[in-house]
Amino acid sequence: MHSRLRITALALGIAAAAFGTARAQDLKSFEQKITTKVLPNGLTILICERPDAPVFSYSTFIDAGDVNDPSGESGLAHMFEHLAFKGTSQIGTTDYAAEKVALAKVEEANAAYEAEYLKPVGRDEKKLAELKKAFVEATDEAHKFVVPNQFTDIAERNGAEGLNAQTGLDETEFFWSMPENRLELWAYLESSRLADTVPREFYKERDVVIEERRMRTDSNPEGRLFEQFVATAYVAHPYGRSGIGWPSEVSQINATEAMEFHKKYYVGANIVVAVVGDVKASEAMPMLEKYFSRVPAGPKPEEMTTVEPKQFAEKTLEIRDPSQPIYMEGYHRPDYRAPDNAVYDAISDIMSNGRVSRLYRSLVRDQQIAAEAEGVSPYPGDKYPSLFVFFAAPLPGHTPQEMRDAIHKEIEKLKTADVTDDELAMYKTRTRADLLRGLADNQGLANDLAEYQTRYGDWRELFLQLDKVDKVTKADIRRVANQVFVTGNRTEAWIATAATAAQKAAAGKDGGAQ
Amino acid sequence: MNSSFQAQTRLSIALVLALFAPAALVAQQSKPWEKIPIPKLHEFKPHQPIRIELKNGIVIFLQEDHELPFVSGSVMIPGGSRDESPAKAGLVGLYGQAWRTSGTAKMDGDALDDLLEAKAAHIETGGDEDSTAVSWDSLKGDADQVFSLALDLFLHPKFSPEKLQLAQQQEATGIVRRNDDESGISERESAKLVYGINSPYTRQPELATIGAVTVDDLKDWHDRTVGGKLIVGISGDFDPAAMEAKLRAAFESLPQVKPTPIRHDTFIGPTPGVYFIDKQDVNQSDVEIVGIGIDRHSPDVPAVAVMNEIFGGGFASRLFQKVRTELGLAYEVGGGISFGYDHPGPFRTVVLTKSATTVDATKAALAQIAGLNTTPFSEVELARAKDNILNSFLFRYDTRDKVLAERERLEFYGYPADYLETYKAALEKVTVIDVTEAAKKYIHPDKLAVLVVGNGSEIKPGLDDLNLGPVHPIDIAIPMPARPGTGEKQQ
Repeated sequence: MHSRLRITALALGIAAAAFGTARAQDLKSFEQKITTKVLPNGLTILICERPDAPVFSYSTFIDAGDVNDPSGESGLAHMFEHLAFKGTSQIGTTDYAAEKVALAKVEEANAAYEAEYLKPVGRDEKKLAELKKAFVEATDEAHKFVVPNQFTDIAERNGAEGLNAQTGLDETEFFWSMPENRLELWAYLESSRLADTVPREFYKERDVVIEERRMRTDSNPEGRLFEQFVATAYVAHPYGRSGIGWPSEVSQINATEAMEFHKKYYVGANIVVAVVGDVKASEAMPMLEKYFSRVPAGPKPEEMTTVEPKQFAEKTLEIRDPSQPIYMEGYHRPDYRAPDNAVYDAISDIMSNGRVSRLYRSLVRDQQIAAEAEGVSPYPGDKYPSLFVFFAAPLPGHTPQEMRDAIHKEIEKLKTADVTDDELAMYKTRTRADLLRGLADNQGLANDLAEYQTRYGDWRELFLQLDKVDKVTKADIRRVANQVFVTGNRTEAWIATAATAAQKAAAGKDGGAQ
Repeated sequence: MNSSFQAQTRLSIALVLALFAPAALVAQQSKPWEKIPIPKLHEFKPHQPIRIELKNGIVIFLQEDHELPFVSGSVMIPGGSRDESPAKAGLVGLYGQAWRTSGTAKMDGDALDDLLEAKAAHIETGGDEDSTAVSWDSLKGDADQVFSLALDLFLHPKFSPEKLQLAQQQEATGIVRRNDDESGISERESAKLVYGINSPYTRQPELATIGAVTVDDLKDWHDRTVGGKLIVGISGDFDPAAMEAKLRAAFESLPQVKPTPIRHDTFIGPTPGVYFIDKQDVNQSDVEIVGIGIDRHSPDVPAVAVMNEIFGGGFASRLFQKVRTELGLAYEVGGGISFGYDHPGPFRTVVLTKSATTVDATKAALAQIAGLNTTPFSEVELARAKDNILNSFLFRYDTRDKVLAERERLEFYGYPADYLETYKAALEKVTVIDVTEAAKKYIHPDKLAVLVVGNGSEIKPGLDDLNLGPVHPIDIAIPMPARPGTGEKQQ
């Protein structure tokens, strides 16, 4: 389910799919440990008792991510995630009544500034400067009521470990671990920020998020490649849009928009909270219910109507960049609910998992043209139709085109001959073992349980997936490969190394390369 | 394409009331969270592994854990990249790869891959700064067979020229790509400023040095190091008596271990000044302000750890509050003195900021560093920092694997087994005076180097405006060997 593109020390790597399940008695043992409850406001609480050490981990899973950003507001879900650390009407303020008035003035000042700034003709620069000044004064005024970082301060002083959040295209997750005697304090903090968010210090935090964009995307060759790659592969669905936000849009998101996003998506029916650790459900559930009932009820937000249309022509993208070459290509595939979902996982495993994988053995070990080569899915998200992505980092002296040709040869083999019995069995064994290994970690388990509860309406699917894994056949793999890995369904992208102006000027002087 | 609120790579480990007093000191109307009861924590004693010292000096740890049907283990061997010859820098990295991929006389690495992966099992080898290791894990039912294979790999490695060449190609790819990633450059180059270019802790593998490594070098390295004081650790679902018997049979007949040679490194810290690396394809500067830190043996470690927390640890730290929250100049910001177990770690402060605010952000960070000696630490800061550290201390040993890893680490570096307990007790006793003294002793703003990796054409005002003297450019061009070899000609 995790489709997060990550960057390894060398080039790029993709988090392995953690699908799978254990034997029946494992599901049974988890059924004894897990209690779920849907509150009247629609919010689902899931408790998994694992009393090995006096700690717990939690994951709050919101079924909304940057794919839900309204048009012109890319990066909004992520921006809101940052806002959720800024406190509430009780936390982080010296006088909320006065602060609320001051914050309303900040919004007015920002709206006035933006209106002038965006004038297509006749923008008055002098007036713009005045409006800017008024905006700064308004934020300074609002800032007088702020107790900075009080929310995180309370959490950290009470032993929060691994305190963080992440916004994906499909979801937003908040999580940390704590000593078990802070469970009620946590419930207060977490339910408060879900129910009672205040658009505090929004515009400074927006600057922080833009710095995050510079770090992850603008100043990172792989970040630049990934952003352009999905933008090329998708024409209609928001998976093609920058998740962290296009610079012009993320820099103009305002607090009013963020609060509207909150109102629509942070409703009970759209939230699952999973707690794993030294927690007794019989004692904790009534307390948690009391706190989390504060989250507003509200209808489950309407589903997206946009479906990416069938691609009808191959697309290619070359980025001339001073960095070293990387090759990637993607093929559109259906979403995670597709009957063939496990078949894609099998293909990914056989092509990419470890030194026995086909791409490693072919491109890295035998042909010795790549340092790394993998094929994984789903990317860039999993909730909606996504891509099956192949990528390779060539060895020095080898080209992206050689990567492409070698990958295509391996894909062709999948289409024309069955995988071996050993390969298929290996996929099934490893999937089962990986699921079991994942059960040892409170935080990982909380994240998985919350995610499966959201995506399938039942955490048991984490285990029941094995049935689908076991049913995958050699014929399935060949059929899916022939359906999906076709030229017209492909987007290719690569970095072609180009010297910078300075390097060109320096070339020949010392023979060095940068 | 995830983005997260908190930077993933924050340094080792807060709010300065003196600076941010206006808001913080005004009484809040109510603090409902303070009324929430915090019951006594459930009784907990971390499950310690069984320690067995063999007659020959090899130490074994057995950590039972029957929750899941897996067994994992490792053999840790003293000696790492800091001990390799400078002319063959990168040897240990190559050794760590080729050891496993070559396999043994009985079973080559490829066959080993096939056998293990079919069982969802692993055997891996690797090399680090001060040690190498072979590790394994498998389902319980395969544990005997996987252990035999791992032992065979430990005792009878083969080291094939083909697999060495494969490893050299991989390393070469890493070398030619090492200037693509801005933070990779700043981490590497700032460490060189702290320890020196030729230091065993920072010298970097080059195409020429990895190309010079031969199969015989790998064999020599192996033979030279495996006779050291090995630490064997096993965890998971096994019977301890049977496991002990098996490990004794495997390791007791080995010769008496050789003592780990004592290193005589000198650490003088950076030459103060401003250093600059121009990278034209970025719009954000990676600023590192660095100096020399301390060794974990120092009695000042608890006080410095508290100072770190106040300075650059959590969200309430001085650095985070000022540079990120108040000024909005950075997403990633942090800093502190790190502690090596047997040598001084660096003092590092890191700020990532857009090109145009490079000077502002650097000045803000420098001011916070200087403030450690001039802005008095308050009791409020102290209490917050100690709460942060002590209330999450539990997470250092909340799983049996963490307890085992900690015991192995302490054994490896010769620290007492109860180190964490005494460290925690010492942290509890740290006072404002201790922190003030620690800052006085270890924070020397005039001895720091400032490294900026960024886009020179966008950094305006320029680094001269830092008023820290001339800006020293650093050349990071990758040396290309004259003759064709491992590293082919770079485009």
